[in-house]
Amino acid sequence: MRISRWVADRWVMGVALLVLFYLSLPILVVAGLSFNRPSSRLSYDFNEFTLDNWKQPCATSDMCDAVVRSMEIGLIATVVSTILGTLMAFALVRHGFRGRSGINGLIFLPMATPELVMGTSLLALFVAAGVPQGFWTIVIAHVMFCVSFVVVTVKARLSGMDRRLEEAAMDLYASEWQTFRRITLPLVLPGIVAAALLAFSLSFDDFIITNFNAGTTVTFPMYVWGAAQRGIPPQVNVIGTAMFVIALLLVGASSLRGRRARRAALAAPAVGAGTATSRS
Amino acid sequence: MGHETPAGDLRLANLTKRFGVFTAVDDLSLTIPQGSFFALLGASGCGKTTTLRMIAGLEQPTGGQVLLGDRDIAGLRPYKRPVNTVFQSYALFPHLDIHENVAFGLRRRGIRQVTDQVERMLALVQLEGYGRRKPAQLSGGQQQRVALARALINQPQVLLLDEPLGALDLKLRRQMQIELKRIQTEVGITFVHVTHDQEEAMTMADTVAVMNAGRIEQLGAPAELYEYPATAFVANFLGQSNLLAGDAGGHSGGDVLVAAHGSRFSVPAGRARVDRGPVFLGVRPEKLHLVGGPDQVPAGHQHVGGVVSDASYVGVSTQYLVRTAWGSELSVFAANSGVGGQLAVGATVTAHWDPRHAFVLPRESGADDQTAPLLDEPPVGVAS
Repeated sequence: MRISRWVADRWVMGVALLVLFYLSLPILVVAGLSFNRPSSRLSYDFNEFTLDNWKQPCATSDMCDAVVRSMEIGLIATVVSTILGTLMAFALVRHGFRGRSGINGLIFLPMATPELVMGTSLLALFVAAGVPQGFWTIVIAHVMFCVSFVVVTVKARLSGMDRRLEEAAMDLYASEWQTFRRITLPLVLPGIVAAALLAFSLSFDDFIITNFNAGTTVTFPMYVWGAAQRGIPPQVNVIGTAMFVIALLLVGASSLRGRRARRAALAAPAVGAGTATSRS
Repeated sequence: MGHETPAGDLRLANLTKRFGVFTAVDDLSLTIPQGSFFALLGASGCGKTTTLRMIAGLEQPTGGQVLLGDRDIAGLRPYKRPVNTVFQSYALFPHLDIHENVAFGLRRRGIRQVTDQVERMLALVQLEGYGRRKPAQLSGGQQQRVALARALINQPQVLLLDEPLGALDLKLRRQMQIELKRIQTEVGITFVHVTHDQEEAMTMADTVAVMNAGRIEQLGAPAELYEYPATAFVANFLGQSNLLAGDAGGHSGGDVLVAAHGSRFSVPAGRARVDRGPVFLGVRPEKLHLVGGPDQVPAGHQHVGGVVSDASYVGVSTQYLVRTAWGSELSVFAANSGVGGQLAVGATVTAHWDPRHAFVLPRESGADDQTAPLLDEPPVGVAS
């Protein structure tokens, strides 16, 4: 009786922990391998603990070039797609125009299309147009599929926003620009930031579409793919772990900041609170 | 900004707003004197909020003028008008703290030193010390007061209130009604208050305009509207009325004669909107008194007979329904002042009234008696 009660109280937690473990196991393996000195080039066994990989993360200059290139592509694609996507989201939510519902549907197309199909058709397009493949064709391709995700993310945030807040701002002497700057933008910003982070990770991670349109340019995922044929250098795990830790720190910092702001706000009116509540 | 110009009355002249084929506000004209507390009262969809939004500049009128003093502000953007609004759901900026919410209007006009004014304003609405909190951390009543402070700090010529107390519970609403009235007297700004709550309008406003279908049915002081309504709509929207269908037959001395349901009644000429043709003879439920028979009716009073068909005891009063010989049910409110006992359902009674408490309204020919059913809540003037 007591045991079944104990289980009943905790089984949801137990399942949750199990799922969490399942989700994080691959990441733990990557992190572990980043501290491993493999016995041979093609071996993935845990052999010996070492910090060498972290001390010299650039195994080959090729790899670090690829990482930097991926970062550059990611940043450019993120900036361009975030700006374009945010503007599109505003247009779709705020303005009625012919073909709006059509565009709302088309937005999902790049997400729904298999990457292989998109990669090949883009390649065909670039070849037909006589555009040499390379850095910029990758950027163009990444912007294209990132825009969809940005639009959807920002749109969700924007349509959840109360229009009366903007009316209230205008009523309180804020011009159209001031209303946008002081009210609309700050309220939509979390959505835009989330969209940008999503765009960056999508771009940094993409292999299939990139592979079709890269020409001779090598991005980090392409480097890893190529290296897999002849033995992945353990430093790849260092890059992977580092990316993960940076992402974790970003998320942690933002939630910590939110919690601290909340706590400060609660603590502030300690003096006035007593008198005011007794009156209300 | 507008408030350097000499203040003046707010006048709406032939104001019209159409949405497609639907006319929300229909050729509305009225004058709201400077410094008054004015209520626009009506059911939802009657055009009262649209009227308010046109004054605020959040809606462009299809036609007509919004005049502040001698200046037509109908074409100005909202931020160019010396008018501020307390929104229905308060519309506090969730990402700014209370201090910045209240300071918003001052800052937008380039005023740097805002702290003193904000503190004074928060004190006025009894929220000292809450400046650093976010709106989500306040209760509904507190948020309402922040919305008020945020608008009032700009010292607008006109303050618009769009159902500002709608989201509050009954007790808090009463409290805020008194509070709002106090603040209005203190600051002396013109308040235009939109509400569907007749009690709210009557307790707070100097002047009430009852709106129906985009038009104003009647405008006047609360007591005036209640005691002598101009239309059947007003008679039943503002409290309850027993309206008996009849026909007016002209003057006799200082009275207007009305024949209704086979009886003859008279009403002082000063309380008749029309003196000929189809009319309603109206008496408020609390102006009706019940006695056992016609012989107990005081001299000068008029009466109809009937049977008590329902009695509900609501504490301060008992609300009776009296079925007349022709089948209509009259509402009668008897104050439970300890004089006289309760009447049982089925008792034969005579309802009488002083003719000076009755009124005569125009009636569309064919319209039958309008007697309101018992309400869940005690109506204005009887209880509470």
